[in-house]
Amino acid sequence: MQPSEILDLIKAKFADVSVEEQTKALVVPREKLLGVAEFLKGGELAFDRLDCLTAVDRGDKIELVYIFLSMTKRCSIWLKVFLPMDNLKIESLSSLWRSADWFEREVYDLFGVQFLNHPDLRRILNPDSWTVHPLRKDFTSPDFIKKPQ
Amino acid sequence: MAMIEKIPGSDLIVKLPGGEVLLTTAERVLKWSKSSSLWPMTFGLACCAIEMMATGASRFDIDRFGAGVFRASPRQCDVMIVAGTITIKMGECMKRLYAQMAQPKYVIAMGNCAISGGIFYYDTYSVVKGTEALGIPVDVYIPGCPPRPENLLLGLMSLQEKIKAERRATK
Amino acid sequence: MITDETAVADAKSFETEEFFVNMGPQHPSTHGVLYLELKMDGEVVVECRMHLGYLHRSIEKIAENRTYTQFIPFTDRLDYLASMNNNLAYVLTVEKLLGTEVPERAQYIRVIMAELNRVASHLIAIGTFAQDLGAFGTPLLYCFRERERIVDIFDEVCGNRLTYNYIRVGGVQDDLTPGMDRKIKDLIQYLRPKIEDLDALLTRNAIFLARTRGIGILPKEMAVNYGVTGPNLRGSGVRWDLRKDEPYLVYDKFQFDIPAARNGDAWDRYRVRMEEMRQSLRIVEQAIEGLPEGQAAVKGKRAVLKPPAGEAYVRTENPRGELGFYIVSDGTTMPYRTKIRAPSFSNLAVIPEIAKGLKIADLVCVLGSFDMVMGEVDR
Repeated sequence: MQPSEILDLIKAKFADVSVEEQTKALVVPREKLLGVAEFLKGGELAFDRLDCLTAVDRGDKIELVYIFLSMTKRCSIWLKVFLPMDNLKIESLSSLWRSADWFEREVYDLFGVQFLNHPDLRRILNPDSWTVHPLRKDFTSPDFIKKPQ
Repeated sequence: MAMIEKIPGSDLIVKLPGGEVLLTTAERVLKWSKSSSLWPMTFGLACCAIEMMATGASRFDIDRFGAGVFRASPRQCDVMIVAGTITIKMGECMKRLYAQMAQPKYVIAMGNCAISGGIFYYDTYSVVKGTEALGIPVDVYIPGCPPRPENLLLGLMSLQEKIKAERRATK
Repeated sequence: MITDETAVADAKSFETEEFFVNMGPQHPSTHGVLYLELKMDGEVVVECRMHLGYLHRSIEKIAENRTYTQFIPFTDRLDYLASMNNNLAYVLTVEKLLGTEVPERAQYIRVIMAELNRVASHLIAIGTFAQDLGAFGTPLLYCFRERERIVDIFDEVCGNRLTYNYIRVGGVQDDLTPGMDRKIKDLIQYLRPKIEDLDALLTRNAIFLARTRGIGILPKEMAVNYGVTGPNLRGSGVRWDLRKDEPYLVYDKFQFDIPAARNGDAWDRYRVRMEEMRQSLRIVEQAIEGLPEGQAAVKGKRAVLKPPAGEAYVRTENPRGELGFYIVSDGTTMPYRTKIRAPSFSNLAVIPEIAKGLKIADLVCVLGSFDMVMGEVDR
């Protein structure tokens, strides 16, 4: 199945998703994420693996990127959700794909995005006592020495 | 200059005729036996650990220097070879492990990351910039990224020389 | 007199409670700095909580302040047992952003180096796995001895034994030294009987079978749902390998098989790795026979690359699974964001599930059979 057919199928079912031009990623509003994800997982499309979940700090918003893979159909699809900086909450997908569990913990640790209904949302890479989110662009710290150019 | 431990009864022995010679010979035997049987602790953290394992394997064979017995428990070790990058989380454990080692204890910092943070010096928020930054005194530094097994053997031999050059504390 | 009934009655009247055991971060069998908090009921693990981050070197933050070529040595240090494969995955992603063509000789050399590194990595995996099970010394020393022969080739080609920094954007660092193809052919002839030796030593050994058969069974659906990849997935019965299913470089020109096992226990994963070593040597043999002439070394090694703004995600088959790099470029000389999708990170997530009900010695076996490297889990 070609990725463009899949995108058409999803756009037919869900009204307000759009496709980003350069990356051919589905841009989904925050509320629709769980619905689109359930549609991707079940039945016809059978995207059985969540390959990668990451976040990019775009200054005024945080862009979440989900990359799914279907081994039976041999295709992969990207999904993007944009979260404004003052409201970084989104549904967790760990009930559908268990690989989302640790990916979401890592995004919480490094960027500060809260995942609702996550079984165990705590920091995974940095010490538990930390309060900062290091991979944000405005992160500074006394022992963070930047390389001189 | 590192100091050798006090042999019990050395105050009395020194007062006897010929006692100084006896004591020096006893200390030489003690230093030779210490340097020829340094038991390292398995403290491989990152990539340098693989080169440490290769040094223990049959081609480079650290066992012929007496240091082939890698013990996992710090209470049974003489030397801690810090091989790899030290992060903040691991630094706490490292201080505890160093405190659990019994005297006389030595530390070899293997690799650039253990010396000063290495390539992870700039732009990191979670790396301790060297073993000395944790407050642990280092005896031998072995630079390299990763140092070749021959370098680790040279570092071990330098530690053995350092032990053989230990002197008694003067009053 | 103590009979069976009285013994059972006595056992039931004992009060037992569960206790916590810390396994790691400094432990000879955790293959790196991994901290497992185990809740034990006697010898049996009731619950296993995993704590990572003891080797978190903030490599993704470093990437935002280095040029694309300056970041290649950092990719070596992720999965330090398979540095060539890490370099390859990163360089393929940058080349996708740039749209560069790689000369064919360089592609063949990349395949040769990646497959030799796969053999070296699996040798260490099998050696340390056998060491953890109690075969103290012999398998590990055999494996290190073979690995030294492979590492000699890498030493001559790129100057380092562990972190190669060899595969660059647009080709490789330097062409093969003269006489290297003869050496690689001799190496393949040397390695084949040695792998059979290792097989004869371990695979049908009664103690090895007793320790690994039926231990740590990973069901197929759980493996796919948790995102497990590589020999761990193939040991559970899913025959998915990126070299065949989504071919990159020139893998579609070679003939090789993908081994897969049925049950998903530790013995199956070990056998998959053994067979993969044989198939990798097959690929290297075909590649070195068909090595074309031409340019391999990249011209302008110190050129500063400036890809156009965009995003790319490329996956390759690492010895441990699928390594993916997601790079966001904003048109400057440094990437805006680099995300490393490490195979061992997802492989590790399934261990607390399959550890329930295992004895602690079997947990050591499971950890060894999963073959993870903490450098890429924590990045």
